[in-house]
Amino acid sequence: MSYTGGDGWQRLHPLSPIVRGGRATIAIAVILAPTVLAGGGIGKEFPQLVAAGVLVALGFVSWIVTRWRIDGGDLQIETGVLRRRSTRFPLAQVQAVDVVRPGLARLFRVAELRLRMGGASGATARLAYVRESEAQPLHDRLLELARAERGEATGEAESSPRAERPPERVLTTVPPALLVAAILISDVGIFAEAVLVGLVVTYIVSSTAATAVLSGGAVWIISSFTVVWRRFNQEYRLTVAESSDGLQIRGGLVALTAETIRPGRVQAVRLVEPLLWRALGWCRLEVDLAGRQRGKGEGEAQRGRLRTVLPVGSLALAEELLDVLVPDRPREFLAPAPRRARWKSPLRYPKLGWARTDTCVVTRSGRLERVTAWVPLRKAQSFRRVQGPIQRRLSLASVHVDTAGRSVHATLRDRDVEEADRALAELTDLARVARRAA
Amino acid sequence: METPPEETWKRPARALLRLRRLEVLGLAIVAAVGVAVAGGLVFVPVAVVLGVIAERFVRRRFHSWGYAERADDLLVRRGVMFSRLSVIPYGRMQFIDVTAGPLDRLFGLATVKMHTAAAASDARIPGLERAEAERLRDRLAQLGEAQAAGL
Repeated sequence: MSYTGGDGWQRLHPLSPIVRGGRATIAIAVILAPTVLAGGGIGKEFPQLVAAGVLVALGFVSWIVTRWRIDGGDLQIETGVLRRRSTRFPLAQVQAVDVVRPGLARLFRVAELRLRMGGASGATARLAYVRESEAQPLHDRLLELARAERGEATGEAESSPRAERPPERVLTTVPPALLVAAILISDVGIFAEAVLVGLVVTYIVSSTAATAVLSGGAVWIISSFTVVWRRFNQEYRLTVAESSDGLQIRGGLVALTAETIRPGRVQAVRLVEPLLWRALGWCRLEVDLAGRQRGKGEGEAQRGRLRTVLPVGSLALAEELLDVLVPDRPREFLAPAPRRARWKSPLRYPKLGWARTDTCVVTRSGRLERVTAWVPLRKAQSFRRVQGPIQRRLSLASVHVDTAGRSVHATLRDRDVEEADRALAELTDLARVARRAA
Repeated sequence: METPPEETWKRPARALLRLRRLEVLGLAIVAAVGVAVAGGLVFVPVAVVLGVIAERFVRRRFHSWGYAERADDLLVRRGVMFSRLSVIPYGRMQFIDVTAGPLDRLFGLATVKMHTAAAASDARIPGLERAEAERLRDRLAQLGEAQAAGL
């Protein structure tokens, strides 16, 4: 590879700082464009030019001081000017290597490699950015090294390094038309449509009122459309494939991501069936992969959010994916909640349910949408039995299974007190056994 | 749930109840003076009644707190209106905080808070005597290290 120094040290792609700047880069370009286009006038726009120059210099410095190498069984990354920081990531702990290409990165033909580390730290090592053509070979090489470090290389040593991997099986690619239809009748979609219709109606009635609403609720309006856009952008032509490492997920409209989900990383799985989707037999499947800590560079967008495995699809397809993600899950639900739970949760009552195997618990609830959550018991963090005033009157109680992160809520809602107590004791014991076995 | 027998449950120190009562008293006095100045003396009995109700609430809340150290996990119970029983495995505790505000320090108290990777776990035990809080913290940290499980 290029930019090689001594001792196997390598630099990232020189354009990395620009791509990493992301939106800031675009903003600067937009601000500076008039100056540059106008030619002269340097005296007038001097401050901006100086600022841009400083930023470019800083970017250059950050590029020149950052280097990485593969040394022994470690990936070593060094960065920093005054406070030099050298981080070693043991390749044996690599859980997955994701290839991410944001919009700007695609423009400059570079890609980012994200190494998700397992173990206690749960950190993420980022190589941002490398040349697009080098990303895939490097990705394969890192995974191979990781496998060798873990001592799983026995079978691969005989065959050639490339050929040994069994071909992946593509399970589904979500057609864009289906995705659009699904988003249009999903909760966020309907909300955005209602906002839009409301604005149009207000405008027809009185344009001044519409302006007032626009300026007053701009934040809300923009955010509701942003949610819809983000969903579309991330889930566009999402392809799910089954490979030897787990589920491969690729897709995106502007930013392309390729991610491998190993079953061992799954903290919880959530199947959501919004009200209108249920009539059509559609559902979406989301996975919580929350690590213990999120890397600083991972960005707000990725923090504490679920990874969509299936943006929209049939229940049968979801079952197939679930077989990979939580293979030992319970197949059937236990008896429904006691009838008196109707008084406490009238909307939720028809959906309430739970079941368990020795290693996995599943709960189902939801008011309008039906949400089913699976939690592998060895990933459960803590358990809580909660009883509110109404529940006490009806002698009901809920048991919460707390998972890492804050996205998935698995709750055995409104069970008979005795059943809840028994479930709490059983789940606690099973979780302990599962943790030991892990 | 096979909860441990009642005598093995530990409770916050009595001083916590004294502290909470003092807080209620302080608030009640401020409220009483406030309404007396603003609306006349007729409202003072209202403030007194509210103060009595608050005292009752504070007392029941105090008595609801309890924790028990079992072989593999810590049980914490609390709450009057919403009664909660949390089971936190030692191996899941990432770190443990001991905090003491100015009023707590005046009464020689501290709060122990357990953090797991789950945001919802929210397990804390307020009003422990300083020595007990530090003992609990050290013991939990030790047990947590011994039983630590990866994510």
